[in-house]
Amino acid sequence: MNLFLKASNVAHENLKQPKKFLKKLQGSLVVDQEYDVYDLVMMLAINPSDKKTFQRHISEGDLVIVYERHDSMKAIKVQDGSELQNRFGVFKHSDWIGKPFGSKVFNQKGKFVYLLAPTPELWTLVLSHRTQILYIADISFVISFLEIVPGCVVLESGTGSGSLTTSLARAVAPTGHVYTFDFHEPRAASAREDFEKIGMSQLITVNVRDIQGEGFPEKFEGTIDSVFLDLPQPWLAIPSAGKMLKQDGVICSFSPCIEQVQRSCEALRSSNFTDIRTFEILLRTYEVRGGKEGLGTIEEGDFVGSLPRKRPYSNGHSSNVVRETASCVVARPCSESRGHTGYLTFARFCLTI
Amino acid sequence: MTDMVEKIVDSRVTWEGCSVILDINNGDRIVFARLNPSSTLKIGKKVCSLSPLIGCPFGSLFQLECGVNGPYLSRVSRSLTGASKSEDQNDCKTKDNRALVDSNTAQTLSGDDIDVMRREGATGEQIIEALIANSSTFQTKTAFSQEKYILRKQKKYAPTVLLRRPFTRSICEAYFKKLPARIGFLRMDTISLLLSMANVSISLDVLVVDMVGGILTGAAAERLGGTGYVCNTHLGTKQYPMDIVGIFNFDKAISSRIVRSSLSDLHLAKKSSEAHISNENLHSMKLLGNDGHSLESSNGPISIVKESLVQEENSSHQCSSTTLSSESEQSTSMDLDTCFKKCSNSVDENKDPSSLKVSKSLKPGRQASEEEIKLWKENGFTSLIVAAPELDPWNAIQELLPLLSYSAPFAIYHHYLQPLAICMHNLQVKQMAIGLQISEPWLREYQVLPSRTHPQMQMNSFGGYILSGTRVFNSESEQGST
Repeated sequence: MNLFLKASNVAHENLKQPKKFLKKLQGSLVVDQEYDVYDLVMMLAINPSDKKTFQRHISEGDLVIVYERHDSMKAIKVQDGSELQNRFGVFKHSDWIGKPFGSKVFNQKGKFVYLLAPTPELWTLVLSHRTQILYIADISFVISFLEIVPGCVVLESGTGSGSLTTSLARAVAPTGHVYTFDFHEPRAASAREDFEKIGMSQLITVNVRDIQGEGFPEKFEGTIDSVFLDLPQPWLAIPSAGKMLKQDGVICSFSPCIEQVQRSCEALRSSNFTDIRTFEILLRTYEVRGGKEGLGTIEEGDFVGSLPRKRPYSNGHSSNVVRETASCVVARPCSESRGHTGYLTFARFCLTI
Repeated sequence: MTDMVEKIVDSRVTWEGCSVILDINNGDRIVFARLNPSSTLKIGKKVCSLSPLIGCPFGSLFQLECGVNGPYLSRVSRSLTGASKSEDQNDCKTKDNRALVDSNTAQTLSGDDIDVMRREGATGEQIIEALIANSSTFQTKTAFSQEKYILRKQKKYAPTVLLRRPFTRSICEAYFKKLPARIGFLRMDTISLLLSMANVSISLDVLVVDMVGGILTGAAAERLGGTGYVCNTHLGTKQYPMDIVGIFNFDKAISSRIVRSSLSDLHLAKKSSEAHISNENLHSMKLLGNDGHSLESSNGPISIVKESLVQEENSSHQCSSTTLSSESEQSTSMDLDTCFKKCSNSVDENKDPSSLKVSKSLKPGRQASEEEIKLWKENGFTSLIVAAPELDPWNAIQELLPLLSYSAPFAIYHHYLQPLAICMHNLQVKQMAIGLQISEPWLREYQVLPSRTHPQMQMNSFGGYILSGTRVFNSESEQGST
């Protein structure tokens, strides 16, 4: 959860009651369940004719990310006749139709929200948390270090909430595929539904399988470009993962504990893997403050960015005074930050000659 | 030729004319090379042909051996060398260095003895074995330090060459290790974040300001896989170099999607109502002062590399490899270690117009066509990445943001915080973007070994700053508000 706080630029106002705040945050981030299956490709233009996702104006059936504040967004399917009710009042979907993505839309009280086109990054912020999920720093690093490019075939276990899966799918599209496995039947079903909703089901196959116990299906042997493991005992799945990989293919194992890493590395060494490297990646976020006259004393509400709800222009929901460029802008790291997410261990499947 | 390249470009096996990364002695030296029957590699004082590498799978390991006809590279099993040493824990614990006397007498084998062995055709491995047998202290060392001893001797007597695929990951790591200034000190995790934050994915039109040698352009093109466009734009009239793109093994489909256009051309095409830009503004764009990290340094090893790259721009991609940069001894500057082995058979090119055509169509970075510019004018770019350490982000973003479609995400890299802070503040005040955030990645690598797990002793402690956000449509600010 902490990383999320960082990732979403969360404010100092909440430091005093972190627990209460977490609850609030979780509550506000639950995906609005009112959307259901629709057939538009939303997140990726898999078919070149769908290309202009962003240029399209919002129409019936579209998935939009409703941005209330940096820490409060919802994924909603646009339906004529439906309404969105939030802290600012009631918004009619019919007012949204025909507006470009990225528009600011008002309700009758004059309050507003922004309507954004969905991306895997935004999806990570709005998806329902069935399990602990991976966030942007780990996700982006994993995609690059697994050398995933369009056309790759990737195995993932477990599926969890599908936060990484959408990013994997984005990277392998349009011709590659992600096969993801989870031993938890209902969780796999929910993930499958989600991928359907965001228009990625063509790229992702969700299977129910205990990878630690059974290994990956033999039909993939020697055909896989990259494998990602997020399992409690990854060392059990490593020998099977090695069999699946093409020569020089890359594996990544994500584990929160160093003992898991230790055992995984031993398993990797004895399963013909080389270039075994373990990393930890974190993001530090910054608060930015601007003022006309000097710095004065730093007060809680003075920082934009991570942010000062009380600040008139920071969330745009109060007086909306557009201020002149501040004469003095300062920045400092946010004092609350994630200390740890997990260790990422990468290795290459070794060639035998 | 073109067909062949296209057919095998996805392959995990090298082909003639393919670009490779050669990792010499486990990261001691990294060389970008193009594999041709005539290409050579110099290791120490020995020059060997790279032709044995053609047709080998990426990830293959080679060892330099001395044969009757001179030094040659021979493929070895990876388990032979490196990590697979036995891990005898008891051994580690019972031995220590209390008996160590640094008197330089432990080795009884002399340099002359070794020369004799060499002349008699001993392999590197045999020489190392002899050195171990003649070392009076080897057996008293811990397993760990024995391993280190062997690795050290191996570098000298049996150097290894590891064949790597040129991907964003490997290219960035090579530059970051050997020549970080060339890529604006962009670390791999930072590049990854830029790509994710800007939602770089298939079929999108990505606008990049790449003053980091082309690594960003290449990274984005790799993600697009021949769909969409990467438009490398430049402020003013001078194009920024993007020669690193040539290191990737991009096929024709991908190369044709990497285009260039000056920022003023992109703006001129904008509808007059939307064009809030004057050329004056463009050209007066402030350059940040020289900070010592400047890529423009015109002396020293960097310029050598630059020259070789310039030459490459003018010549075909498929040609015999010649070493333009000086491949000096490892003892000289680190920068020289990363050298480019470039091709130069422009003569052939001129003789044969068809080959010229092929190379031109394969060459990334053509000028964007009017139709393409018109398309972007109508639809806007769908994402923006800026890595221009010499530009002021706020000045740049004012010109760039209007080129984006609404809801398009953007990510700006800079290695100073203040310019980004000002940029973020201004964007926020003018309500030009939402979801604004400045973040700094922190990356730590670990050594994981039985009973010896700890963070690496050396780490890079600075990956730069990223300002990310999403462009929004704001009627008030568009109208130039109160």
